[in-house]
Amino acid sequence: MITTTIGSLKKNSSSPRVILGTVMTGLSGLCMILTLIPLIAVLFFVFVQGFSRLDTDLFTQLPPPPGLDEGGLANAIIGTLVVVGIAVVIAVPVGVLAAVYLSEFSHGNKFATSIRFATNVLSGVPSIIAGIFAFGLLVSSGIVGFSAIAGGVALAVLMLPTIIRTTDEALKIVPQEIRWAALGVGAYNYQTVLKIVLPAALPGIVTGITLAIARAAGETAPLIFTALFSNFWPNISPQGLAEPIATLSVLVYNFAILPFKPQQELAWAGSLILVLLVLGTSILARLATRRKVY
Amino acid sequence: MQESLRNDEELLRQSVIELMDVDIFYGTYKAVKEVNLNIPKNKITAFIGPSGCGKSTILRCLNRLNDLISSFKLKGRVTYHGQDLYAKDIDPVEVRKRIGMVFQRPNPFPKTIYDNVAYGARVNGYKGDLDELVETSLRRAALWDEVKDKLGESGFSLSGGQQQRLCIARTVAAQPEVVLMDEPCSALDPISTLKIEELMQELKENYTIVIVTHNMQQATRVADMTAFFNAEAVGNKGNKVGYLVEFDQTEKIFSNPEEQSTKDYVSGRFG
Amino acid sequence: MTQSDYSNTDKIMMGERSPLEKTFDQGFRWLTLGFAISIGLILISIAVIIAVGAFPAIKQFNFSFFTNSNWNPVTDEYGVIAVIYGTIVSSLISLIIAIPLGVGAAVFLSEDFIPEQIRTVLVFLVELLAAIPSVVYGLWGIFVLIPITTVFGTWLNQNFGWFPLFSSPPAGPGMLPAGIVLSIMILPIIIAISRDSLASLPPDLRQASLGLGATRWETIFRVLIPAAISGIMGGVMLALGRAMGETMAATMIIGNSNRLSISILDPANTIASLIANQFAEASGLQISALMYAGLVLMLLTLIVNILAEYIVNQVKAKYE
Repeated sequence: MITTTIGSLKKNSSSPRVILGTVMTGLSGLCMILTLIPLIAVLFFVFVQGFSRLDTDLFTQLPPPPGLDEGGLANAIIGTLVVVGIAVVIAVPVGVLAAVYLSEFSHGNKFATSIRFATNVLSGVPSIIAGIFAFGLLVSSGIVGFSAIAGGVALAVLMLPTIIRTTDEALKIVPQEIRWAALGVGAYNYQTVLKIVLPAALPGIVTGITLAIARAAGETAPLIFTALFSNFWPNISPQGLAEPIATLSVLVYNFAILPFKPQQELAWAGSLILVLLVLGTSILARLATRRKVY
Repeated sequence: MQESLRNDEELLRQSVIELMDVDIFYGTYKAVKEVNLNIPKNKITAFIGPSGCGKSTILRCLNRLNDLISSFKLKGRVTYHGQDLYAKDIDPVEVRKRIGMVFQRPNPFPKTIYDNVAYGARVNGYKGDLDELVETSLRRAALWDEVKDKLGESGFSLSGGQQQRLCIARTVAAQPEVVLMDEPCSALDPISTLKIEELMQELKENYTIVIVTHNMQQATRVADMTAFFNAEAVGNKGNKVGYLVEFDQTEKIFSNPEEQSTKDYVSGRFG
Repeated sequence: MTQSDYSNTDKIMMGERSPLEKTFDQGFRWLTLGFAISIGLILISIAVIIAVGAFPAIKQFNFSFFTNSNWNPVTDEYGVIAVIYGTIVSSLISLIIAIPLGVGAAVFLSEDFIPEQIRTVLVFLVELLAAIPSVVYGLWGIFVLIPITTVFGTWLNQNFGWFPLFSSPPAGPGMLPAGIVLSIMILPIIIAISRDSLASLPPDLRQASLGLGATRWETIFRVLIPAAISGIMGGVMLALGRAMGETMAATMIIGNSNRLSISILDPANTIASLIANQFAEASGLQISALMYAGLVLMLLTLIVNILAEYIVNQVKAKYE
C-alpha cells in the first residue's frame, strides 16, 4: 500500500521553506515601511515647521526684506493662482478637446495612436525642459519677456498629458449605448459629445484636471526662468501678466537657500500650503472617482 | 446484491479521500451542502452535473486551492488517508504536493518546456536525476516524442492540446498520488481531447484521478465512478446550493440510476 | 417631452438639418482634430526651439562638448562631462535604493498579507509620496536629510576612504543626499508599475504553482516576478527617466559644483540642476550652451522613456 509513503501533512515551522517564507514576508513588509518613512518624515517636518508661521500675516503681507522679521507670502499665493490660472485656461480646452478627438472621432486610427504616443512622450519630458521651451518661445523671442504668461505656458505644457490621459480614459468608460441612443434620435456629433458624453464623463475629467492643477502648483523648475520672481504685489491687469511674478514654489526655492531664519520659516510655511493643496486635491480626487455616474 | 455490497466495502477500504458532511460557504452564502463521498484509489472518478452545482468548488477543496479565496469556509471533514485536510496544523503546501491539479485552461508558466516540467520537483527539493524525471513525466503525458527536440523552447510555443499535456506532465512530475482535473478538455479540440482521455486511462495505474466534466460522453468513456451533483434554489434571491444526488459506478449512473433527477440529467432532459 | 421637442424630432426624421448646424458640427470635429494635432506640434516645437537656441553652442563646441569637463561662464568654455557624470551617478544611486524597496513593497501590496482596506490606504499614501512637490523634498533635504547623510558620509569616508566613491570627506550637499531624495521621488513609480504588472498576471499562474506544492514565496520568486519582470523593468526605466530629469530636489541638495569628482560624497551637478541654477542669470553663449545641455537631457530622457513604454507595452501584449 502507498499509505506508508504518505508521511505527515502537518506544518513544520522549522523547515527551511517555512522559515524563508516568514523572513521574506517580513522583508517585504519592511520595504513597505521604509517607503513610507520619508513620507511621514516630510509631512512631519513640513507641518511642525510650517505651522509656527501659519497666521493671518502669512496670507496678507509681503515677504520681508533680508534681515527683517515678520511678513508673509501673500504675493506668492496670488502669483501661483495667476500663473496656474493661465495654465488652466490654455491646457483645459486644448487637453479636453484633443482627448475628445482621440476617444470620439478618431476611431482608433494610426494618427490617434501617434498622438497618444506623443502624449506619453510629453509626460516624460523633464519639467525644466518645459521651462526652456517657454523661455525660447516667449522670452528670448521677445514676445512677452519674463512674465506670468511665460510661466503659465510652461505649466500648461506639463498639465496637458495628465488632462488628455484622464479625459481620454473617462470618455472611454462612458457606455457606447448612450452615444447610440443620442445619435439614434438624430443628435449631431457635437451635441452628443457636449450634451451627453462629456457630462457623463465629467467626474473623471474634473478629477484629472484637479490633479493636474495640484501638480502644476508645486512645479518650480519651469518657473524659475520664465515667471522669475518678484518681491512686490503682482499687478493684476493685462499688462501685469507680462511682468515677472512671485509664486509659492519659487519662493520656497529662493528662501530655502537664504541664510536668514525668517525667510527659511516662510519657505516651510509655503511648503505647508503646497502640501495641504496636494493633500486636499488627492483626497478629493479619491472621493470623486469613487462616486461614478455610470 | 451480494456483488455490489462487496464492491462497496472494498471501495470504502480503498478510498484515498473521504468527504464527510461537507458544507461549503462563501461568506454567509452556502454554495454546497452535505456532501458525503469516498474517492477510490487508482480509479477515475468523474463529477458531473449542471453548471452552478458546485462540482468544481468541491474539487478545489480536495487540495485546499480554495484557501486563496478569503471568504471561503468549509464545514464537515475532508480526509486524505485518514488525516483531516482542514485540521489547524495541516500545511496546505504539503497537501498540494500530494494532490496535484490540472486546470480548465492550459496554464503553462512563461518558462521553457523543461523548466515547466521540472518546476514541482525543484520547489520540492527533488534529489534524483531531473533530466530523467522530465523525460518520464513527458512520456507519461504522451508528449515526449513531440517535444524532445525543443525542451528549451517556451511552453507557450506549443498548441493548446500540447500545452494541456505539458500541464499534465508538470503535475505528474511533482509526484502526487492524486491528480485533480477541472474540465481539462473544455478548451481543446476533439482530437486533443481524445489523446488526453487515453492518457488518463494510462495514468490511473499509478494515480488516483478525479475529473470534473460537463461532457457526459467523456464521463462514460473515462470514469470508473461517477458522482452526479445538482443544485436547488434556496430563498427567493436566486441563490443556488449544490448537493450530491448520487454516487455509483459509472455504468449504473448512466444506465440505471436510483434517482429520477440523475436519469433526467444523463438522458439530456436538463442542464 | 414638450411640443417643440416633437417638432424637432420630426424635422430630423425628415432629414431637414439646418446648414448652420451642419457647419457647426463639421467645425467641431475639425477643432478637436486641430487640438489633437497641436499636441504633436508642441512636442516637435519643444525640440526645434531648444535645438535652435542651442545652435550657436553646437556650432562652437560640436562634440568637444562631451569631452570637456569644464563649465566656465567667465571664459565661455563649456563641456558637459561633469554634469553627465553627476546625472548618471545620482540616478544610479536612486535606482540602487529604490529598486529593491519598490519591488519589495509592490509584492507586499499585491499579496494578501494585510486586509484589503489597509492596503488601499497604503496605496493612497504611496500615491501621495509622488504628489508632494519636488521643491518641498528639496527643502526637507537641506534641513533634515543633509545633516544625517553628512554623519553617515563621514563614517563611510573614515572607514572606506580607500574606495574611490567615498574618497572625500562629505561637504554636506552632494551626490549621496541627492540620490537618496531622488530615490524617494521615484519609488512611487516603481511601486505602481511593478504592482500593476504583478496584478495583471493571469490568476491561473499562481494557482498552477501552488497546485504543484510550491509555497507562496516560491511562487512569487519562481513564477510571478519572472513573468512580470519586463513590466517591472519598464517601471524602472520610467523611474530612471524621472530621476535624470528631476530638477529642484537635485538643485537644492547636490551642491551645484561643476568640478568633476568621482566621490559621491562631493558636491556635484546634474544637467537639470545646472540649467536651473544658471539659466536665469545667463546671457549670450552661456544660454546657448545651457540649451545644448537641455537638448542632451531631453534626448537622454526621450530614449529612456520610449524604451520604457516599449517594454511595458510588450508585457501588456503578452497577456491580453
